[in-house]
Amino acid sequence: MARPVTPLSPQVTRDPAEHTPPARKGRLRWLRFLRNDKKAAVGLIILLVLTLAAIFAPLVSPYDPSAMAFDFLESPSLQHPLGTDDLGRDLLSRIIYGARISLFVGVSTVVISMVIGIGLGLLAGYYGGWLDNLIMRYIDLQWAFPNFIIAVYLVAVLGTGLENVIVAISLGFLDDFARITRGMVLSLKEKEFVEAARALGASDARILLNHILPNSLAPIIVQATVSIAYAILAEAGLSFLGLGVKATTPTWGLILSDARSFISRAWWLGVFPGLAIMLSVLSINFLGDTLRDILDVREQHEASS
Amino acid sequence: MTTYLIRRSFYALIVMWAVATLVFFMLRAVPGDPLQAILFDVDPGAAEELKQHLGLDQPLYVQYGLWFRNLFQGDLGNSIYGSRIAVSRIISEAFPRTMSLAALSFLVALILALPAGIVSAVRRNSPLDHSLTFAAFVGLSMPDFWLAILLILLFAVNLHWLPAIGYTPFSRGLWPWLSHLILPSIAVGTAFSAIMARMIRSAMLETLKMDYIQVARSKGLVERAVVLKHAFRNALIPVVTVMGIAFALLMAGAVVVENVFAIKGLGRVLIQSILNRDYPVVQGAILVVSAIFVFSNLVVDVLYTVIDPRIRIDN
Repeated sequence: MARPVTPLSPQVTRDPAEHTPPARKGRLRWLRFLRNDKKAAVGLIILLVLTLAAIFAPLVSPYDPSAMAFDFLESPSLQHPLGTDDLGRDLLSRIIYGARISLFVGVSTVVISMVIGIGLGLLAGYYGGWLDNLIMRYIDLQWAFPNFIIAVYLVAVLGTGLENVIVAISLGFLDDFARITRGMVLSLKEKEFVEAARALGASDARILLNHILPNSLAPIIVQATVSIAYAILAEAGLSFLGLGVKATTPTWGLILSDARSFISRAWWLGVFPGLAIMLSVLSINFLGDTLRDILDVREQHEASS
Repeated sequence: MTTYLIRRSFYALIVMWAVATLVFFMLRAVPGDPLQAILFDVDPGAAEELKQHLGLDQPLYVQYGLWFRNLFQGDLGNSIYGSRIAVSRIISEAFPRTMSLAALSFLVALILALPAGIVSAVRRNSPLDHSLTFAAFVGLSMPDFWLAILLILLFAVNLHWLPAIGYTPFSRGLWPWLSHLILPSIAVGTAFSAIMARMIRSAMLETLKMDYIQVARSKGLVERAVVLKHAFRNALIPVVTVMGIAFALLMAGAVVVENVFAIKGLGRVLIQSILNRDYPVVQGAILVVSAIFVFSNLVVDVLYTVIDPRIRIDN
């Protein structure tokens, strides 16, 4: 199938002329981008705050996220900065605890799908033949469906719960990583340095892991960043639909889902949890865009499969 | 071209067969046997009847054969709840709702993306371009169901301009139908319009660099004609290639957003049946939703070869 772009990781493309010139060599070269790229800096700060809040949730959240009180549906105030829900639970505390699940699911799903996807891509690209055919036919099959729909299907079969949600979402991203890796392997495996390694008697595993993989990382890293953003959206979507992790855990999607019956009386319940989702996804997308520029990854890497 | 068409259609059929097979085996391989859960829900007398009706007393390969025979006859089984309504009927009622929503969402995406993409390309690096870029990022990062809630909050709860939930068929008049779909379409279409605007922008920037644009300019054509007639038309080619993706994304968006607006489309049918463990309906909904994806991919691939003849030679 002729497909010039990755279907489910919509990428904001930039024309090459806009690429910032490579920074001069220096000790903190990798941090320089923050000075030139305001949105990357903003993204990094938001992400840091969210991550720290998630890690230290018991310390920073003003209340126990599931402690009920008689302050039902109280609008934002000094006691409850983001208001309370229908059971009198503090919304800010619930959102802080919700960050734990969202970020954990986002990162763990992408790690899983990245490891498996890279593995499949390396095998398919390096060995070719029937193995390549088999793997790529499967990838093509998956390619025809949006990741979120695949996740919904899998939860339909596996049931809800944290582990199942992670499995369901991570399977959806496999194809992106497999395709990118395979494309990189195909473009690298005839290169001189690979030939040299082979001539020196390196094993296939050594060639793949020590020579080809490190040189394929740039587009994979960019894809991973974008995928984390989509995994967070997918987890929120599943939770919102009632297909997410267990109902006692406050997740951003679940808080929003519960809020639906009350938003006419309590706007804050409908606004803040979604804002948390959007800010985390937005900051990751900002970082992803900057990484794409720094690592100089263009669309053709992904299209070269 | 014909061979390509045949081969591509054949491939689509294979994919559908694979999906149907996966659905068949997955729902039977699950630990805890979901079909047992169905039997548990109804009274024992009906359980035996249901078991026979679903063919569960037969060996697996017979079940598999029956599954395909019924599929070809358009028989997707019956819901296990209430009056045991036919799955095919539930789905044929839901289908036009989802299609209406998807079509209108696409329209919303076009209305937002076309001017935004062209203006960003023509006024490249202007403050306007930068704000549109930022808006695209926000649009991409916003969960569609949250946008749906915000829209309800603003236009239904506070302004009372549009109904908050529900659906009215087109046969009851244009406005009742449209008024129920405006907010859902915006919720579904926004994220996609962001992607499309960026694609149009970069495609326009590419074509604006081409020689024939220089020729058009040096012929003395006004800039508007150069941009709209020459550049824009060619910029549309890469955009068409994302149509299949577009449709897939709109469908995925509709699945979620229908649930916010209580529109009984395919998405709501799918999710409700999953939550109710109504497995015959789950199977049917998965098959139909998958068929829509496979079919739209097929249409786009064919459309692409019509628009860009080079693909035909490659194949």
